[in-house]
Amino acid sequence: MTSANNWQGARKLINVQRAIRRGPLYVAEHRLRNMSKWIVSMIGFGIGNPVMFLLSVGIGVGALVDGNLGPNGVDGVGYLTFLAPALLATAAIQGAMDETMFPTLAGFVWGKDFFAINATQISGRSIAIGVVLAAGVRCSLSVLLYELILALFGAVSLASLPALTLSSILAGMAFGAVMLMGASFVKQDDGIFAVVNRFVITPMFMFSGTYYPLAVLPIYLQWIGWISPMWHATEIGRNLSYGHQVEPWLLWIHYAYLGLMLVVGVLIASWQFTRRLAK
Amino acid sequence: MMIVAKNLTKKYGDFVAVDGIDFQVKRGESFGLLGPNGAGKSTTMRMIAATSQRTSGDLEILGLDPNKKGPEIRAHLGVVPQTDNPDTELKVWENLYIYGRYFGLGRKFLKAKIEELLDFAQLQEKRNAKVNDLSGGMKRRLTIARGLVNEPEILMLDEPTTGLDPQARHILWDRLFRLKEQGVTLVITTHYMDEAEQLCDRLVVMDKGKIMAEGSPAELIKKYSSKEVLEVRFGSTKNAEVAPQIEKLGDRVENLPDRILIYSEDGEAVLKQIHNLGLEPQTSLVRRSSLEDVFLRLTGRQLIE
Repeated sequence: MTSANNWQGARKLINVQRAIRRGPLYVAEHRLRNMSKWIVSMIGFGIGNPVMFLLSVGIGVGALVDGNLGPNGVDGVGYLTFLAPALLATAAIQGAMDETMFPTLAGFVWGKDFFAINATQISGRSIAIGVVLAAGVRCSLSVLLYELILALFGAVSLASLPALTLSSILAGMAFGAVMLMGASFVKQDDGIFAVVNRFVITPMFMFSGTYYPLAVLPIYLQWIGWISPMWHATEIGRNLSYGHQVEPWLLWIHYAYLGLMLVVGVLIASWQFTRRLAK
Repeated sequence: MMIVAKNLTKKYGDFVAVDGIDFQVKRGESFGLLGPNGAGKSTTMRMIAATSQRTSGDLEILGLDPNKKGPEIRAHLGVVPQTDNPDTELKVWENLYIYGRYFGLGRKFLKAKIEELLDFAQLQEKRNAKVNDLSGGMKRRLTIARGLVNEPEILMLDEPTTGLDPQARHILWDRLFRLKEQGVTLVITTHYMDEAEQLCDRLVVMDKGKIMAEGSPAELIKKYSSKEVLEVRFGSTKNAEVAPQIEKLGDRVENLPDRILIYSEDGEAVLKQIHNLGLEPQTSLVRRSSLEDVFLRLTGRQLIE
């Protein structure tokens, strides 16, 4: 029985303005608790995926490439070093996607968790920001595990890891914010996420200078890389990890592009979350 | 006053879901919104819960305008939606904990609060169970316990016992009655008239977005029905034939396909008069008039999908 003696009432109990300000953190705390239920799978995937990938593509394809072009034949470095920043960005983007696409549909349609959250003082905007924050944590976990494996394979220098971590997480959160924005408009999962996976995500990984420099592609295909956060993050990562030549103004464009994706994604998602929850 | 609504209106395009209603709810009162499907109860609840903005009219919750101060109002409410929506990935106690965190409540406070709420909802044994392993009644009690974690000024319950078995309903009524005794203001929507009679001090009957009647259950029965109702059955083919002979016997007579209802101050006396007319019903029943009689009189017997 809720004891009448202890009952203070919400007016005394709650610091409303502080609770409103911290809303996104509470949402992130909730999401992280959900994630903790899957932590073993996350770590298993976070380690297994890079190990398999580096063994097959990094070392297998790398041996072929280095054999043909010499040990420093791709962009002045070995193939594995060239590939590593792109793989990190991929891991970050994948992690952010997992935490923005399906949880958003679950929040609005399957479990309607977002409506329960919105019944408290938490606004749609706080929910959107909180989900992105939690996706950032998930990104970081994926990136750190990937870096551990990359370092063990000798694919990256330890000194470059802090900068690489930041650029990869920025890419993941930027993409996560845009995915959150897209998912917030989805009424039901009638295969739209599978379509996005096949026709947006996969081409993005293939045409963003991941496995070869973007300049190798014919000009009419290079635009896919230009609009892809993968390419911008990979260019930053390659510059930071082994000094890949990028004009300073272009480097700023890479950062600005990712930053813009993050801000616009969160703004539109916040607007749509608020609208959808108010119906 | 906890809630004041004046000419409260909500439109979705051309459709008027709530059509200029007025009501007030006092502190510590248990207030019911009754009505058939589509009457506008849930829309009204969402406006009171400060999650849906009104189209026009005035609404004040705890002295604040929900269109402007939605989050401030929601911080002081407990909401139990029509469909249970606890987080199915989390354990029972974690659901209470996480919800408490949303109000910015500290871990130490929540630790004690969770014990209190698990006792209240009779879920101590299920504290570590996943939500999907709970029965319907347990899920409902969890959702109600969750709505109490912030010690709300107003607890809003949208059809709190729909789909529950009689035992679970009675347990819930008992819990809600205790909250009312503690001075928590309750706002309840329900389809069940016995529930409204049990729980509500005062209620409004809504239909097609408008308020048809307002008062305590006893007042409404007095105003819109008689003290007693006599139900007689002559067989489905004979009811229509007999009805004209007995329609003057009560205050009001309702001729239904399966039985005839005669509303009167003294049901036994009317039954005697029927016998005196030489009519022999197959079955007869004298009962007290209920809120259900009022509800059906005000909102009609036609099925509303």
